[in-house]
Amino acid sequence: MANKLIVTAAPHITSPDSTQKIMQRVCIALVPTLIASVIIFGIQALILTVVTVAACVLFEYGYCKMMGREVPVGDFSAAVTGMLLAFNLPATLPWWMGVVGAFIAIVIVKQLFGGLGYNFANPAIVGRIALAMGFASKMASYPKPASAIDAFASATPLAAQGAVQGGAQTYLTLLMGTHGGVLGETCALTILIGGIYLIATKVISPIIPVTYLGTVAVLSLVAGKDPVYQLLSGGLMLGAFFMATDYVTSPTTNKGKIVFGLGLGIVTCAIRFLGTMNEGVSFAILLMNLLVPYIDVLTRQDLLGVAKMKKGGAAK
Amino acid sequence: MSNFLKRAAHGARVPHDKRTSDCETVTMPVPSKVVLSMAQHIGAPAAPAVAKGDQVYVGTVVGKAGGFVSSDIHSGVSGTVDSITTITAPNGAVQTAVVIIPDGEQKVDPAIAPPVVNDLKSFQDAVRASGLVGLGGAGFPTAVKLAPKNLDEIDRLVINAAECEPYITSDNRCMLEDTQYILSGIEAVMKYLDIPQCVIGIEQNKPKAIARMKEAVAGKPIEIKELACRYPQGAEKVLIENCTGREVPFPGLPSDVGVIVMNVTSVAFVGKYLATGMPLVTKRLTVDGDIVKEPKNVEVIIGTPVEELLNFCGGLTGEPGTVLYGGPMMGNCLASLDQPILKNNNAILAFSEKASHMPKPTNCIHCGRCTNACPLGLSAKEIVQAYQKGNVDLLQELHADLCMSCGTCSYVCPAKRPLTPSIALAKIMMKNGGKK
Repeated sequence: MANKLIVTAAPHITSPDSTQKIMQRVCIALVPTLIASVIIFGIQALILTVVTVAACVLFEYGYCKMMGREVPVGDFSAAVTGMLLAFNLPATLPWWMGVVGAFIAIVIVKQLFGGLGYNFANPAIVGRIALAMGFASKMASYPKPASAIDAFASATPLAAQGAVQGGAQTYLTLLMGTHGGVLGETCALTILIGGIYLIATKVISPIIPVTYLGTVAVLSLVAGKDPVYQLLSGGLMLGAFFMATDYVTSPTTNKGKIVFGLGLGIVTCAIRFLGTMNEGVSFAILLMNLLVPYIDVLTRQDLLGVAKMKKGGAAK
Repeated sequence: MSNFLKRAAHGARVPHDKRTSDCETVTMPVPSKVVLSMAQHIGAPAAPAVAKGDQVYVGTVVGKAGGFVSSDIHSGVSGTVDSITTITAPNGAVQTAVVIIPDGEQKVDPAIAPPVVNDLKSFQDAVRASGLVGLGGAGFPTAVKLAPKNLDEIDRLVINAAECEPYITSDNRCMLEDTQYILSGIEAVMKYLDIPQCVIGIEQNKPKAIARMKEAVAGKPIEIKELACRYPQGAEKVLIENCTGREVPFPGLPSDVGVIVMNVTSVAFVGKYLATGMPLVTKRLTVDGDIVKEPKNVEVIIGTPVEELLNFCGGLTGEPGTVLYGGPMMGNCLASLDQPILKNNNAILAFSEKASHMPKPTNCIHCGRCTNACPLGLSAKEIVQAYQKGNVDLLQELHADLCMSCGTCSYVCPAKRPLTPSIALAKIMMKNGGKK
């Protein structure tokens, strides 16, 4: 009996949390928005989501099998990518385009760089951008909500904003999402519910969404735009709570998260206010994703006792 | 708020599992043999002071301190020295040990008498003669700790009663059962080292101990500091920061910021030794774990084989997977159940194979939990990456050598990566200048 004892290095216990549970919580947090999108855009929205999720999971499974890697489908990360990708697409998009997006997200952005944890940018964001470039007209033809009469049949509030500055569309419409747009960008309320759930379950820290949204609000005021309108329209809410907080492509320290949120806000506003495109969130997140390694190095934490020594040394 | 930007230092919300906290200490009878390792402390091992066949009594010196940073080892039984042998410590080191077969009479060595203490020198000598080492787990010889070079700059005595490891309740029992000795010990240290103030840090999960200690220190220059239950609250540097607001410089010692830290059980022993003169020969231990039949707190003679202690606690209800010296966060695994109880043990935990199973590590997802949990502000993820690349310069920049192996990063990691042991390897790599 004595010889059978297990000898391992401490610690000998681990927290009940796991990658799988975290990803499951993200999926749960996305469900209210999925329901809202089905109510707003009809069954098409659900079909597109199912297709992209299935495609993401299958691509992940197939690629890992092909490469002889362990298949990590059980960790739900591919499902999260699939849901986020679908939420970035208009409900009327042909389903095969969703599959193309899934291929770009999972195989090109995630697996070719080493799989979970090694992707340089948010896979869903790159999938969206690639589709927006490749299938520009399909991606920009935002469907009219199935349930409501709306002033904008084929444009997001942001795209139409030039014409209706602060007028026709009430904040309530934006909040409830009964307007044109991609699946997950329309109903700000459900995104907020999902975001609060993630913060409450400690999956994400509130720092990135708060600094991102705060920066956009402040810059909107400075630029003379309506801040509430800016916050509630476009992909900002979805981006701030679900895309920018992706662990792999966001900084780890509190300091880093603040820098990241500020950067996102500035780039988003620059694109929205100064550029010709009406949607700045995807590009802002992609750009800031690429800066994360630098932000991480420059925003390390002060170590207990070490910083003090440095100051003491400088004083001498 | 400043700490928010400096370092998150969340620590870990480890489970408490302190189900023995209301178990009054029971004394275990004399075991069939005692095995006294000559290396039960940090520093030079002691040298055996007895030979095979010698008669020893309770309190007889069997190992003489092997240097300044070392400690005497005393027999806890009366009996005959059976052999001088070697045993393998949990860290793999081979150590000399004295094996004594007790005669069951427990005759006390005639030399045992309360020490005569009237000044700093005689106090330090008494502590040295007592064989006391840091009983919180580190095993640093207390006599060395109580002789800092800058004694006149020490203005605060911090008593570590955080007991932040899961399961362990021996310090809690000490506070409830040996309150008077804790006070007399603290008062002796404050008096002879001329320290004006004392803080006792206790985690909030010990309300009875807090109430008892508060009552006991009323009107004295001793403060009870209730600490949030956040592992590793009892880590020396964390405790000093939370009790005094001071940051121990790195590299440096608590004395550099005018603080001496003692474990509550150590200081209680000082009080007891000054009253009785009986050196450190027994230890209060928590025996617990999912396969221990009767978890309890046991006063056990140092050198007792772990197997006999477990049998005293009703034996095991199943095949053991891991058996630990100390808590599950920092404890060491026993390689065999004949290994003896050491001075600095505060718990023996036995777990089934099922409970010992650790989940398989998966890819790092860069979630930053290790970084935000580290009480010292280290980035475990980056250190491990630097170690894997063999980048010693980066390890130096990240101050990997600051790590105290508390286990928090491994505990919080959702990908179940073995960060703590990897950082331990990184520290070795730094010392060796790049070799793994």
